[in-house]
Amino acid sequence: MKKKGGKELPAISTASLPDVIFMILFFFMVSTTMREEEVLVKYQLPNATEVQKLEKKNLVSYINIGVPVTHMQARYGTAPQIQLNDSYKTAKDIGDFIAAEREQMDEADRIYMTVSIKADRYTKMGIITDVKQELRRANALKISYASLEAEGY
Amino acid sequence: MAGGNKRKTPDINASSQADIAFLLLVFFLVATTMNTDKGLLRTLPPMPPEDVKVEDQKVKDRNVLLVFVNAQGNIMAGDKEMDIYGLKDKTKEFILNVNDDENLPEKAPTEIEMPDGTKWTYEVSKGVVSLQTTRDTNYETYIMVQNELTRAFNEVRNEVAMSKFQREFTELNDEEKSVIIDAVPLKISEAEPRKVGRRR
Repeated sequence: MKKKGGKELPAISTASLPDVIFMILFFFMVSTTMREEEVLVKYQLPNATEVQKLEKKNLVSYINIGVPVTHMQARYGTAPQIQLNDSYKTAKDIGDFIAAEREQMDEADRIYMTVSIKADRYTKMGIITDVKQELRRANALKISYASLEAEGY
Repeated sequence: MAGGNKRKTPDINASSQADIAFLLLVFFLVATTMNTDKGLLRTLPPMPPEDVKVEDQKVKDRNVLLVFVNAQGNIMAGDKEMDIYGLKDKTKEFILNVNDDENLPEKAPTEIEMPDGTKWTYEVSKGVVSLQTTRDTNYETYIMVQNELTRAFNEVRNEVAMSKFQREFTELNDEEKSVIIDAVPLKISEAEPRKVGRRR
């Protein structure tokens, strides 16, 4: 009962491969949050061990603080700047910024609004304190000092 | 033309479909920022209305642990200079006040409602850690100090959770967590910076 020649393995059909890839693709498309703003300051976040995750991304507003990126330094110098949305602002503009951010949220969610302060580790506290005072004035009291999770000391 | 009456359309070769899908996939893989934002969460005190003159809240000296960080990164806790490594234990000692020391914060027995409806009386510390900086203090040092303070509170919470629920704080459910948070509130006051050594 022997057929002549070895039995050849049939080639595995790769017809479903595109489907699999498309599935992964859709997963990434859905989970991707495109960076909508250009970061105009250089910051290296400080390290901390007791960090907590920020749960709801759409309830978080960001304030970047640091030295302007290289191509902006010609115009703005190397003093630390506060970036709100897409431009450099002063601490005085934070009130308007918070109001605008609040406007975009659902009314029920507004109390959960968190402001994430992404500041460079070599910033001085003076500028941070100004920002904090403005946030207090704008009644945005939940803040997060963005930091990198470190293993410990 | 005279051959078959119908000419069959040839199948489109679909083997490149996978390549196209791969290309898109790689694009999204690269463009995706899976950055989970992490940070030290804090709640700022509300701003008092400007027309109202605030009287300094009288807090007893024993209930305040003053932590001061100067521009050189030196840390002072209580009235002693100390390094970053001693700060956590100092803070823990301050919050817990195990021996009811006269110089450490008072405790107020507070009834806390447990998830199962019973009441639990815990001696909640009245202590407040007051963190002060100068305008020239480095942000990194500030975060390190904040981190140590948080660590002290987290460890105390862990200990209380261990004795109350026999589990670590992070393993508790939300209701149990809020019980522990009521028992050990995170009381770090971030005062405005001191105006020391202002020279022009």
